[in-house]
Amino acid sequence: MNRRLVLLYGAVLLVTAGLTFGVTALLMNIAQRKSEARQTFFRVVELTDATIDPAAWGKNFPREYEGYLRTADTNRTRYGGSEAFSRLDQDLSLRRIFAGYAFGTDYREERGHYYSLTDQKLTERTAKFSQPGACLQCHAGGMKQVYEQVGAGGLFRGFDLVCAMPLTQAWTLVQFPVSCTDCHNPTNLALRATRPAFLEGIDALARSDAPVPCAPSIERWRRGDRATPYDPNALATRQEMRTFVCGQCHVEYYFKGEGKRLTYPWHNGLKAEQLQAYYDEAGFADWTHAETGAKVVKAQHPEFETWNQGIHARSGVACADCHMPYERQGAMKVSDHHVRSPILNASRACLTCHHFEAPEMIARVEAIQDRNRALMDRAETALLALLDDLSAARSAGAADAALAAPRAHQRRAQWRLDFVNAENSMGFHAPQEAARLLAEAIDFARQGQLALEPGRPGAP
Amino acid sequence: MKMPRIHPLLLAGLVSTGILGGVGGYTFLYAEGLSYVSDDPRACANCHVMNEHLDSWTKGSHARAAVCNACHLPHGVAEKYFAKARNGWFHSKAFTLQDFPEPIRIAPFNHDRLQRNCIECHADFVGLIAGPADVGRDEARCTVCHRSAGHMKLD
Repeated sequence: MNRRLVLLYGAVLLVTAGLTFGVTALLMNIAQRKSEARQTFFRVVELTDATIDPAAWGKNFPREYEGYLRTADTNRTRYGGSEAFSRLDQDLSLRRIFAGYAFGTDYREERGHYYSLTDQKLTERTAKFSQPGACLQCHAGGMKQVYEQVGAGGLFRGFDLVCAMPLTQAWTLVQFPVSCTDCHNPTNLALRATRPAFLEGIDALARSDAPVPCAPSIERWRRGDRATPYDPNALATRQEMRTFVCGQCHVEYYFKGEGKRLTYPWHNGLKAEQLQAYYDEAGFADWTHAETGAKVVKAQHPEFETWNQGIHARSGVACADCHMPYERQGAMKVSDHHVRSPILNASRACLTCHHFEAPEMIARVEAIQDRNRALMDRAETALLALLDDLSAARSAGAADAALAAPRAHQRRAQWRLDFVNAENSMGFHAPQEAARLLAEAIDFARQGQLALEPGRPGAP
Repeated sequence: MKMPRIHPLLLAGLVSTGILGGVGGYTFLYAEGLSYVSDDPRACANCHVMNEHLDSWTKGSHARAAVCNACHLPHGVAEKYFAKARNGWFHSKAFTLQDFPEPIRIAPFNHDRLQRNCIECHADFVGLIAGPADVGRDEARCTVCHRSAGHMKLD
């Protein structure tokens, strides 16, 4: 045989071997996809209510756990993200607005779930000020189990006890940040609400007559005999739960009474003025403003309340639809547990419903946010002007009685401005509602100034 | 009978080609390759990324009038199988390499075909509104308004 034929045979051999290699790889790939579609999860460890460590859950649900771990990533968006930049340095008005309060000392952008416990220990608000154990409800994983243990089986009893103890003591009861068990039933992975303050708050909301378009199950419960409390775990649909599990913590709250009981002020409804009416009735103030002496309230992070006023809530879009959109991994559909700003994941977050390209959707969001920021700047200017006038009147020796009306206006203006500022969407969750609140904030601040003008009825 | 002398390399080449044929044939059957020649809508969800589309199609207005291929593929035999082969190549490449953007969106080649098919079946009603010429100019897209006609109801 000649040399050329040998070369030819050799080449044929190599090519077919290479092709067979490729086809076999394809075969294995197809087999893997098929098995993924048949069995979406594999039980490696037994999960019970005692399993708090997210790494243990991650053995059974590696894809979701991988996403959860990525909440450690830090990212910036135009107005927010998950990097712990100082909001006090970014917006210089805030130090004055929060004068005399812990938030005037240290106020940062939140990082992801992964840091929820770490960051609570790092902030100067807990290092320089003594805080109650109530703070822990939303910063640690497995609080349901902690409460049941401390309360000897009684969730609410344990809740009362932990709320009242010093935060530093409560820290010794926990070791993990916000975790799988807080939102999932360990036996069937169904969503569940475990935070006592949410369970009480949502029941109080159900007992009010405020419309709750996001939760048809509340409307159904209202039409019943109301003999038992509204229980989201028994009555809410899965789609409602995909919001409620987030609403366990991303809400406005306060510490009620001497026991520092964590309470969501939803008894009149979820709008800013309904929350304020509750605080006014309760005679509650977070602190007395250092410059003006006004009794003021700090808004926390009323995402659930704000979203409820927006178009996405009315359309039945849940938090998880945009913040934890589905993604395909092989033949599997996985909810992205890397909870983050939808702007960082716009294609999956927006384009399932909105048929435009991702840059267009981001431009729409940022247009809303730019307008909201511009209105906020106006509202801050108005509020600072009132602070100037109030401080001047106070230094001039005005009596408390004469300052009552302008201080009340400061309380109203500051609450509305802060409600929009503390809310983590720069107005996006409900743009018109945010604009309404900022317009009211400007109006109340200017009304407060007018009330201080000499010659006006009641003026000092 | 005397066996012809065969070069060991030729023999190895023949054996390996046979193995390739066998493994390839098995892979084709295992991957339900024949189903892709059919018009069965279930074949489109073989690899599960079309599950939602298939599910919503069964509840959609066209479920009793048109299968996936009726809207998404040309109606002429040669054109139809060319489009099947073309789409089959891109889809299997994307699914195997997992390198497609989400959510999945229709590509221009298939979007044009979809529009032509709308017009072809509904010519009696829409002949005066839109003709095949409008497709090329990207005008009068049926699915801009009738988005849920086939699948994925968005309300």
